[in-house]
Amino acid sequence: MTAEEVWAAFEEIPDPEIPVVSLVDLGVIRDVAVDGDNVHVEFTPTFLGCPALETMKRAIEEKVSELGGAAEVAVIQDDSWSTDRITPAGREKLRAAGFAPPAPRAAGTTTLVQLQSNAFRCPYCGSTDTKLENIFGPTPCRSIRWCASCRQPFEQFKTI
Amino acid sequence: MNERARLLLSIADDELIVGWRDSEWTGIAPTLEEDVAFSSIAQNEIGHARALYELAAKELDSDPDALAFDRAPDEYLCAPLVELDLTDDWAKTIARRHLYELADELRIRALIASDDRELAGLAAKIDREEVYHRMHAQMWAARLRDEPRFRAAVDELWPYALGVVAPAQRAELARRVGLSDDSSLTVFGRGEHTPELAELWNEMTEVRRSVPGASW
Repeated sequence: MTAEEVWAAFEEIPDPEIPVVSLVDLGVIRDVAVDGDNVHVEFTPTFLGCPALETMKRAIEEKVSELGGAAEVAVIQDDSWSTDRITPAGREKLRAAGFAPPAPRAAGTTTLVQLQSNAFRCPYCGSTDTKLENIFGPTPCRSIRWCASCRQPFEQFKTI
Repeated sequence: MNERARLLLSIADDELIVGWRDSEWTGIAPTLEEDVAFSSIAQNEIGHARALYELAAKELDSDPDALAFDRAPDEYLCAPLVELDLTDDWAKTIARRHLYELADELRIRALIASDDRELAGLAAKIDREEVYHRMHAQMWAARLRDEPRFRAAVDELWPYALGVVAPAQRAELARRVGLSDDSSLTVFGRGEHTPELAELWNEMTEVRRSVPGASW
Protein backbone atom coordinates (compact mmCIF):
# COMPACT_ATOMS: atom_id res chain seq x y z
CA MET A 1 0.00 0.00 0.00
CA THR A 2 1.34 3.41 -0.97
CA ALA A 3 0.38 6.88 0.20
CA GLU A 4 -0.91 7.59 -3.34
CA GLU A 5 -3.31 4.63 -3.08
CA VAL A 6 -4.56 5.88 0.27
CA TRP A 7 -5.11 9.40 -1.11
CA ALA A 8 -7.00 7.93 -4.08
CA ALA A 9 -9.18 5.89 -1.73
CA PHE A 10 -9.91 8.97 0.40
CA GLU A 11 -11.20 10.71 -2.72
CA GLU A 12 -14.07 8.22 -2.55
CA ILE A 13 -15.13 9.26 0.96
CA PRO A 14 -18.05 11.67 0.64
CA ASP A 15 -18.57 14.52 3.07
CA PRO A 16 -21.39 13.23 5.32
CA GLU A 17 -23.46 16.39 4.91
CA ILE A 18 -22.54 17.57 1.40
CA PRO A 19 -21.87 14.23 -0.32
CA VAL A 20 -21.01 15.80 -3.69
CA VAL A 21 -17.56 16.66 -2.31
CA SER A 22 -15.02 14.21 -0.92
CA LEU A 23 -12.84 14.64 2.14
CA VAL A 24 -9.92 15.28 -0.23
CA ASP A 25 -11.92 18.01 -2.06
CA LEU A 26 -12.64 19.60 1.32
CA GLY A 27 -8.94 19.67 2.15
CA VAL A 28 -9.42 18.14 5.59
CA ILE A 29 -6.83 15.39 5.04
CA ARG A 30 -3.57 17.13 5.77
CA ASP A 31 -1.10 14.30 5.60
CA VAL A 32 -0.89 10.57 4.91
CA ALA A 33 2.14 8.50 5.93
CA VAL A 34 2.29 4.77 5.24
CA ASP A 35 4.52 2.51 7.30
CA GLY A 36 3.87 -1.12 6.31
CA ASP A 37 0.24 -1.76 7.22
CA ASN A 38 0.03 1.25 9.48
CA VAL A 39 -1.37 4.41 8.00
CA HIS A 40 -0.96 7.64 9.90
CA VAL A 41 -3.50 10.25 8.85
CA GLU A 42 -3.56 13.87 9.93
CA PHE A 43 -7.10 15.20 9.84
CA THR A 44 -8.16 18.82 10.38
CA PRO A 45 -11.80 19.40 11.34
CA THR A 46 -13.84 21.99 9.44
CA PHE A 47 -16.13 23.75 11.94
CA LEU A 48 -15.70 22.58 15.54
CA GLY A 49 -19.47 22.49 15.88
CA CYS A 50 -19.81 20.12 12.94
CA PRO A 51 -21.58 16.92 14.05
CA ALA A 52 -20.09 15.08 11.07
CA LEU A 53 -16.54 15.06 12.51
CA GLU A 54 -16.87 11.65 14.17
CA THR A 55 -18.45 10.21 11.03
CA MET A 56 -15.54 11.51 8.93
CA LYS A 57 -13.00 10.04 11.31
CA ARG A 58 -14.74 6.64 11.26
CA ALA A 59 -14.98 6.72 7.45
CA ILE A 60 -11.21 7.31 7.23
CA GLU A 61 -10.57 4.33 9.52
CA GLU A 62 -12.94 2.09 7.54
CA LYS A 63 -11.43 3.09 4.22
CA VAL A 64 -7.93 2.24 5.43
CA SER A 65 -9.10 -1.11 6.76
CA GLU A 66 -10.69 -1.87 3.34
CA LEU A 67 -7.20 -1.39 1.91
CA GLY A 68 -5.91 -3.90 4.45
CA GLY A 69 -4.24 -1.40 6.76
CA ALA A 70 -4.79 0.03 10.20
CA ALA A 71 -5.39 3.77 10.49
CA GLU A 72 -4.20 6.02 13.21
CA VAL A 73 -6.06 9.31 12.81
CA ALA A 74 -4.54 12.35 14.50
CA VAL A 75 -7.05 15.19 14.76
CA ILE A 76 -5.25 18.52 14.43
CA GLN A 77 -7.23 21.09 16.40
CA ASP A 78 -5.62 24.31 15.23
CA ASP A 79 -6.40 26.90 12.59
CA SER A 80 -4.52 25.13 9.80
CA TRP A 81 -7.78 24.33 8.00
CA SER A 82 -9.57 27.19 6.34
CA THR A 83 -12.08 27.24 3.52
CA ASP A 84 -9.14 28.21 1.26
CA ARG A 85 -8.13 24.53 1.51
CA ILE A 86 -11.18 23.43 -0.47
CA THR A 87 -9.71 22.39 -3.83
CA PRO A 88 -10.68 24.02 -7.15
CA ALA A 89 -12.39 20.74 -8.12
CA GLY A 90 -14.25 20.75 -4.80
CA ARG A 91 -15.40 24.33 -5.33
CA GLU A 92 -16.73 23.48 -8.78
CA LYS A 93 -18.61 20.45 -7.39
CA LEU A 94 -20.15 22.65 -4.68
CA ARG A 95 -21.29 25.19 -7.27
CA ALA A 96 -22.78 22.48 -9.50
CA ALA A 97 -24.74 21.13 -6.52
CA GLY A 98 -26.24 24.55 -5.71
CA PHE A 99 -23.85 25.70 -2.96
CA ALA A 100 -22.02 28.95 -3.60
CA PRO A 101 -18.37 28.21 -2.72
CA PRO A 102 -16.70 30.28 0.01
CA ALA A 103 -15.02 33.57 -0.83
CA PRO A 104 -11.22 33.41 -0.51
CA ARG A 105 -9.98 33.96 3.02
CA ALA A 106 -6.82 35.46 1.57
CA ALA A 107 -8.79 38.70 1.27
CA GLY A 108 -9.06 38.85 5.09
CA THR A 109 -11.77 38.11 7.62
CA THR A 110 -15.25 38.30 6.18
CA THR A 111 -17.26 41.26 7.44
CA LEU A 112 -21.00 41.79 7.72
CA VAL A 113 -20.77 44.59 5.14
CA GLN A 114 -19.25 42.14 2.66
CA LEU A 115 -21.90 39.52 3.35
CA GLN A 116 -24.65 42.09 2.91
CA SER A 117 -23.21 43.28 -0.40
CA ASN A 118 -24.16 41.48 -3.59
CA ALA A 119 -20.65 40.20 -4.22
CA PHE A 120 -21.77 36.56 -4.14
CA ARG A 121 -22.81 34.80 -7.29
CA CYS A 122 -25.93 32.66 -7.50
CA PRO A 123 -24.87 29.05 -8.17
CA TYR A 124 -27.99 28.47 -10.31
CA CYS A 125 -28.05 31.43 -12.73
CA GLY A 126 -24.71 33.16 -12.12
CA SER A 127 -26.28 36.50 -11.22
CA THR A 128 -24.67 38.68 -8.56
CA ASP A 129 -28.04 40.25 -7.76
CA THR A 130 -28.14 38.32 -4.48
CA LYS A 131 -28.65 39.27 -0.85
CA LEU A 132 -27.98 37.79 2.57
CA GLU A 133 -31.06 36.19 4.14
CA ASN A 134 -29.41 34.69 7.22
CA ILE A 135 -25.79 34.41 8.36
CA PHE A 136 -26.79 30.99 9.69
CA GLY A 137 -28.09 28.01 7.78
CA PRO A 138 -28.79 24.29 8.19
CA THR A 139 -25.21 23.55 9.30
CA PRO A 140 -22.53 25.74 10.97
CA CYS A 141 -20.63 26.04 7.66
CA ARG A 142 -23.44 27.58 5.60
CA SER A 143 -25.34 30.88 5.24
CA ILE A 144 -28.59 31.45 3.35
CA ARG A 145 -28.80 33.92 0.43
CA TRP A 146 -31.53 34.90 -2.01
CA CYS A 147 -31.08 35.46 -5.74
CA ALA A 148 -33.31 38.28 -6.97
CA SER A 149 -32.61 37.32 -10.57
CA CYS A 150 -33.83 33.70 -10.63
CA ARG A 151 -35.82 34.09 -7.40
CA GLN A 152 -34.15 31.14 -5.68
CA PRO A 153 -32.79 30.87 -2.18
CA PHE A 154 -29.34 29.25 -2.10
CA GLU A 155 -26.74 28.20 0.41
CA GLN A 156 -23.42 29.98 0.70
CA PHE A 157 -20.42 28.19 2.19
CA LYS A 158 -19.06 30.47 4.93
CA THR A 159 -15.48 31.67 4.69
CA ILE A 160 -13.42 30.70 7.72
CA MET B 1 -6.23 20.79 39.56
CA ASN B 2 -3.49 22.77 37.83
CA GLU B 3 -3.88 26.25 36.40
CA ARG B 4 -4.11 25.06 32.78
CA ALA B 5 -6.87 22.53 33.47
CA ARG B 6 -8.79 25.14 35.44
CA LEU B 7 -8.54 27.63 32.55
CA LEU B 8 -9.63 25.03 29.98
CA LEU B 9 -12.59 23.93 32.10
CA SER B 10 -13.67 27.52 32.79
CA ILE B 11 -13.95 28.30 29.09
CA ALA B 12 -15.37 24.90 28.17
CA ASP B 13 -18.06 25.22 30.86
CA ASP B 14 -18.97 28.73 29.67
CA GLU B 15 -19.33 27.52 26.09
CA LEU B 16 -21.32 24.41 27.02
CA ILE B 17 -23.74 26.25 29.28
CA VAL B 18 -24.22 29.26 26.99
CA GLY B 19 -24.75 26.81 24.11
CA TRP B 20 -27.35 24.98 26.17
CA ARG B 21 -29.13 28.22 27.04
CA ASP B 22 -29.07 29.44 23.42
CA SER B 23 -30.45 26.09 22.25
CA GLU B 24 -33.53 26.69 24.42
CA TRP B 25 -34.71 29.15 21.73
CA THR B 26 -34.91 26.39 19.13
CA GLY B 27 -38.53 26.31 18.01
CA ILE B 28 -39.66 29.39 19.96
CA ALA B 29 -37.47 32.26 18.70
CA PRO B 30 -39.37 35.37 17.49
CA THR B 31 -38.61 34.67 13.80
CA LEU B 32 -37.63 31.63 11.77
CA GLU B 33 -34.26 33.26 10.96
CA GLU B 34 -33.49 33.64 14.66
CA ASP B 35 -34.60 30.09 15.33
CA VAL B 36 -31.98 28.92 12.82
CA ALA B 37 -29.38 31.41 14.09
CA PHE B 38 -29.70 30.45 17.76
CA SER B 39 -29.69 26.74 16.95
CA SER B 40 -26.57 27.10 14.81
CA ILE B 41 -24.73 29.30 17.32
CA ALA B 42 -25.62 26.89 20.13
CA GLN B 43 -24.33 23.92 18.15
CA ASN B 44 -21.08 25.72 17.41
CA GLU B 45 -20.53 26.86 21.02
CA ILE B 46 -21.02 23.28 22.19
CA GLY B 47 -18.51 22.19 19.52
CA HIS B 48 -16.01 24.62 21.03
CA ALA B 49 -16.77 23.18 24.47
CA ARG B 50 -16.08 19.69 23.15
CA ALA B 51 -12.66 20.66 21.75
CA LEU B 52 -11.74 22.36 25.04
CA TYR B 53 -12.95 19.42 27.15
CA GLU B 54 -10.74 17.16 25.01
CA LEU B 55 -7.67 19.21 25.93
CA ALA B 56 -8.78 19.32 29.57
CA ALA B 57 -9.32 15.55 29.57
CA LYS B 58 -5.71 15.00 28.44
CA GLU B 59 -4.53 17.31 31.19
CA LEU B 60 -6.64 15.60 33.88
CA ASP B 61 -6.40 12.05 32.51
CA SER B 62 -10.17 12.01 32.22
CA ASP B 63 -12.85 11.70 29.53
CA PRO B 64 -14.41 14.73 27.74
CA ASP B 65 -17.98 13.49 28.28
CA ALA B 66 -17.29 12.81 31.95
CA LEU B 67 -16.00 16.35 32.36
CA ALA B 68 -19.01 17.81 30.57
CA PHE B 69 -21.72 15.77 32.28
CA ASP B 70 -20.52 13.83 35.33
CA ARG B 71 -19.41 16.65 37.61
CA ALA B 72 -21.74 18.01 40.27
CA PRO B 73 -23.23 21.47 39.53
CA ASP B 74 -21.03 23.19 42.12
CA GLU B 75 -17.91 21.78 40.43
CA TYR B 76 -18.60 23.67 37.19
CA LEU B 77 -16.39 26.69 36.62
CA CYS B 78 -18.67 28.71 34.34
CA ALA B 79 -19.47 32.36 34.93
CA PRO B 80 -22.98 33.11 36.29
CA LEU B 81 -23.80 35.14 33.12
CA VAL B 82 -24.20 31.97 31.06
CA GLU B 83 -26.35 30.23 33.67
CA LEU B 84 -29.26 32.68 33.71
CA ASP B 85 -32.52 31.37 32.30
CA LEU B 86 -33.61 34.17 29.95
CA THR B 87 -36.07 32.36 27.70
CA ASP B 88 -38.89 34.64 28.79
CA ASP B 89 -37.06 37.76 27.62
CA TRP B 90 -35.65 38.36 24.14
CA ALA B 91 -34.07 41.72 25.09
CA LYS B 92 -32.06 40.08 27.88
CA THR B 93 -31.17 37.15 25.66
CA ILE B 94 -29.74 39.50 23.03
CA ALA B 95 -28.02 41.55 25.75
CA ARG B 96 -26.32 38.36 26.98
CA ARG B 97 -25.21 37.35 23.47
CA HIS B 98 -23.84 40.86 22.91
CA LEU B 99 -21.97 40.98 26.24
CA TYR B 100 -20.81 37.37 26.12
CA GLU B 101 -19.33 37.71 22.63
CA LEU B 102 -17.44 40.88 23.58
CA ALA B 103 -16.03 39.19 26.69
CA ASP B 104 -15.27 35.96 24.84
CA GLU B 105 -13.44 37.88 22.11
CA LEU B 106 -11.07 39.45 24.66
CA ARG B 107 -10.41 36.07 26.21
CA ILE B 108 -9.81 34.32 22.87
CA ARG B 109 -7.45 37.06 21.66
CA ALA B 110 -5.39 36.66 24.86
CA LEU B 111 -5.21 32.88 24.32
CA ILE B 112 -4.08 33.29 20.70
CA ALA B 113 -1.18 35.40 21.96
CA SER B 114 -0.28 32.97 24.77
CA ASP B 115 2.78 30.68 24.93
CA ASP B 116 0.59 27.56 25.13
CA ARG B 117 0.90 26.46 21.52
CA GLU B 118 -1.83 23.83 21.63
CA LEU B 119 -4.36 26.16 23.23
CA ALA B 120 -3.30 29.12 21.04
CA GLY B 121 -3.92 27.00 17.91
CA LEU B 122 -7.36 25.94 19.09
CA ALA B 123 -8.20 29.52 20.09
CA ALA B 124 -7.25 30.72 16.60
CA LYS B 125 -9.65 28.20 15.09
CA ILE B 126 -12.44 29.13 17.52
CA ASP B 127 -11.85 32.81 16.74
CA ARG B 128 -12.52 32.31 13.03
CA GLU B 129 -15.87 30.70 13.76
CA GLU B 130 -16.82 33.26 16.40
CA VAL B 131 -16.60 36.00 13.74
CA TYR B 132 -20.10 34.97 12.66
CA HIS B 133 -21.48 34.93 16.21
CA ARG B 134 -20.10 38.43 16.70
CA MET B 135 -21.70 39.67 13.48
CA HIS B 136 -25.04 38.36 14.69
CA ALA B 137 -24.67 40.00 18.11
CA GLN B 138 -23.48 43.31 16.62
CA MET B 139 -26.37 43.39 14.19
CA TRP B 140 -28.88 42.99 17.01
CA ALA B 141 -27.09 45.39 19.37
CA ALA B 142 -27.12 48.06 16.64
CA ARG B 143 -30.79 47.44 15.91
CA LEU B 144 -31.88 47.63 19.56
CA ARG B 145 -29.43 50.31 20.70
CA ASP B 146 -32.10 52.93 21.40
CA GLU B 147 -34.69 50.55 22.87
CA PRO B 148 -35.15 51.17 26.61
CA ARG B 149 -35.77 47.46 27.29
CA PHE B 150 -32.49 46.48 25.67
CA ARG B 151 -30.53 49.21 27.47
CA ALA B 152 -32.01 48.13 30.80
CA ALA B 153 -31.12 44.51 30.01
CA VAL B 154 -27.50 45.42 29.22
CA ASP B 155 -27.25 47.42 32.47
CA GLU B 156 -28.74 44.55 34.47
CA LEU B 157 -26.41 41.92 33.00
CA TRP B 158 -23.28 44.08 33.06
CA PRO B 159 -22.06 42.95 36.54
CA TYR B 160 -22.42 39.37 35.26
CA ALA B 161 -20.50 40.12 32.04
CA LEU B 162 -17.57 41.47 34.09
CA GLY B 163 -17.41 38.06 35.76
CA VAL B 164 -16.64 36.30 32.46
CA VAL B 165 -13.20 37.88 31.97
CA ALA B 166 -10.13 37.96 34.19
CA PRO B 167 -9.95 41.04 36.48
CA ALA B 168 -7.11 42.44 34.35
CA GLN B 169 -9.38 42.47 31.27
CA ARG B 170 -12.33 44.22 32.92
CA ALA B 171 -11.27 47.79 32.05
CA GLU B 172 -10.91 46.83 28.39
CA LEU B 173 -14.32 45.11 28.38
CA ALA B 174 -15.87 48.22 29.97
CA ARG B 175 -14.32 50.38 27.26
CA ARG B 176 -15.72 48.15 24.50
CA VAL B 177 -19.20 47.95 26.01
CA GLY B 178 -19.22 51.66 26.88
CA LEU B 179 -20.02 51.10 30.57
CA SER B 180 -18.05 51.59 33.77
CA ASP B 181 -16.12 48.93 35.67
CA ASP B 182 -16.36 51.01 38.83
CA SER B 183 -14.95 49.04 41.75
CA SER B 184 -18.16 49.66 43.73
CA LEU B 185 -19.99 47.27 41.35
CA THR B 186 -20.68 43.82 42.76
CA VAL B 187 -19.34 41.48 40.09
CA PHE B 188 -20.98 38.06 39.73
CA GLY B 189 -17.75 36.18 39.25
CA ARG B 190 -16.65 32.69 38.35
CA GLY B 191 -17.02 30.20 41.18
CA GLU B 192 -20.34 31.59 42.36
CA HIS B 193 -23.40 29.90 40.94
CA THR B 194 -27.01 30.89 40.44
CA PRO B 195 -29.80 28.47 41.43
CA GLU B 196 -30.58 28.24 37.70
CA LEU B 197 -27.41 26.17 37.07
CA ALA B 198 -28.68 23.26 39.16
CA GLU B 199 -31.98 23.29 37.25
CA LEU B 200 -30.16 23.35 33.92
CA TRP B 201 -27.79 20.58 35.05
CA ASN B 202 -30.72 18.37 36.08
CA GLU B 203 -32.18 18.63 32.61
CA MET B 204 -28.87 18.50 30.71
CA THR B 205 -27.60 15.33 32.42
CA GLU B 206 -30.93 13.55 32.84
CA VAL B 207 -30.55 11.13 29.95
CA ARG B 208 -26.91 10.35 30.73
CA ARG B 209 -27.72 9.73 34.40
CA SER B 210 -30.64 7.45 33.45
CA VAL B 211 -28.26 4.65 32.37
CA PRO B 212 -24.85 5.21 33.96
CA GLY B 213 -21.96 4.02 31.82
CA ALA B 214 -24.06 3.49 28.69
CA SER B 215 -22.46 4.11 25.34
CA TRP B 216 -24.60 6.56 23.31
